[in-house]
Amino acid sequence: MESKELEILQILEKNSRLDIETIAKMTQLKEEEVKKIINKLEEDKVILGYSTLIDWHKVSDNHGVTAMIDVKVTPLRGVGFDKVAERIYKFPEVKAVYLMSGTYDLSVSIEEKTMAEVAEFVSEKLSALDSVVSTTTHFILKKYKHDGVVIDGEQEDKRIVVSP
Amino acid sequence: MTLIDLKTKKDYLSDTVKKMKPSGIRRFFDLASQMDNVISLGVGEPDFVTPWHVIEASFHSLEKGYTAYTANAGLLALREEISGYLENNFNVKYDPEEEVIVTVGASQAIDIALRAIINPGDEVIVVEPCFVSYAPSVELAGGVPVSVHTKSEDHFKLKPEQLERAITSKTKAVIFCNPNNPTGTALTEQELAAVAEIIEKHDLILLSDEIYAELTFDHKPVSLTSLSSMQERTILISGFSKAFAMTGWRLGYVAGPKDIIKGMLKIHQYTIMCAPTMAQYGALEALQNGRENVRHMVQSYRQRRHFIVDSLNEIGLDCYLPGGAFYAFPSIKSTGLTSEEFAEKLLLAEGVAVVPGNVFGESGEGHVRCSYATSIEQLQEAVTRMDRFMKSL
Ligand SMILES: Cc1ncc(COP(=O)(O)O)c(C=O)c1O
Repeated sequence: MESKELEILQILEKNSRLDIETIAKMTQLKEEEVKKIINKLEEDKVILGYSTLIDWHKVSDNHGVTAMIDVKVTPLRGVGFDKVAERIYKFPEVKAVYLMSGTYDLSVSIEEKTMAEVAEFVSEKLSALDSVVSTTTHFILKKYKHDGVVIDGEQEDKRIVVSP
Repeated sequence: MTLIDLKTKKDYLSDTVKKMKPSGIRRFFDLASQMDNVISLGVGEPDFVTPWHVIEASFHSLEKGYTAYTANAGLLALREEISGYLENNFNVKYDPEEEVIVTVGASQAIDIALRAIINPGDEVIVVEPCFVSYAPSVELAGGVPVSVHTKSEDHFKLKPEQLERAITSKTKAVIFCNPNNPTGTALTEQELAAVAEIIEKHDLILLSDEIYAELTFDHKPVSLTSLSSMQERTILISGFSKAFAMTGWRLGYVAGPKDIIKGMLKIHQYTIMCAPTMAQYGALEALQNGRENVRHMVQSYRQRRHFIVDSLNEIGLDCYLPGGAFYAFPSIKSTGLTSEEFAEKLLLAEGVAVVPGNVFGESGEGHVRCSYATSIEQLQEAVTRMDRFMKSL
């Protein structure tokens, strides 16, 4: 990848709301060029979306939990794990699915649901799949850092305001 | 207990100290710290917190009980690492046993270098605008600072003929910082070579402050020390504050010819003993495993440099592209205000703190120093406020 593309990706990964003009100045490209590069990255699905990192625990009427479920599966002949993964990620409540090395195969996460909803998902939907051999469900008790951001991390600048 | 005679009290301070001017930065600090919601472009240090692996290494040294003094000159392992770092990055070779001292910041290195070489009345050329400590440090060492005023129209690049004009029979040394604080000016190898030629021709000592050397954006960093046969007459001063984001650790170093280093070590051992041990272990880790972090920080400064310089020019503050450090030094002459008036009005009207250029020497008048070592979001807000301020004038 060209270094300017990489540079723009790194900038957007930190703050996807920066305006084109600012990014153009930072990278010393014309605004048109920045737009073109971003469009291309979107078309090529290198940039998959722009989302907002929300601390849902600060939203008062939210009582959801996040569950990470380790899933052991028997891969299906010919299509391996991919087909099983697809049957799992198609459920809208599933936030992420990863193929893992180690003692289990798929890691499935479900965010901001009630315990009852998670229980129902695991027993009625996940375990009901033929190729799922077993599941182990973990609930997240506290998030310290998510997507590179420290939750409740102090943002305060500790430097004195003016120094030589 | 004997009571102090109040009448003589005014004589407690030495003449040298009484004569010293208080730092011009102090007043701005006092003003800015009393206000809320200030965006500060007045900070002369990185906005990055020291990389975690460095902090961890320092913790670990404490856990293992390394809480005693080190050798006067610093841990040999660290001096070896410094020596290797200087050779790899700046093409200069120093014997870690006899030609390197680990100091309490570049600040202490400047102090002991001057005290080691100055006889009363010796002149030391200070290239202004510059870091605020040079001239007072010369005075404290009994020398006489002689200013060379680089010019706004030259983008504050030192011209060899300017330097030569300031040299007298009393001149002993030159202090020169490249890339420079507050101007951000970085000379090319050719321009440095012209400066070196004058220093060699007049047989002077050079105090080369290279603390911002890693933060050179448009070409590979060049050390003035590495040019011609400068090394034999140069005291190379640097440290971990800027490139490694370690200002509060108070750790720097000095490298130079054996006999000068030996002289400096005498002062160092009697006045400091050694630099803080736990900070030395942190610095060791920074040199051994910190390249990637430095590279990231440099990239980030470079992006912000372009943003601030383009934006300042757009709002009507003429600003050249500084080649290094993390300062933009725009001209405010178009406003008709002095640097101090500009900085004070901007602070009071919009809560943006910049440092008036004249505190770095009279040739800084007509400019203000804007440190861009602050987040891009803060820089955006600062520019918006400064734009509003410019329109209100
Ligand atoms: C040009 C220059 N030299 C030296 C220093 C002092 O650095 P240290 O923290 O290593 O004492 C500074 C700090 O602002 C500086 O800007």
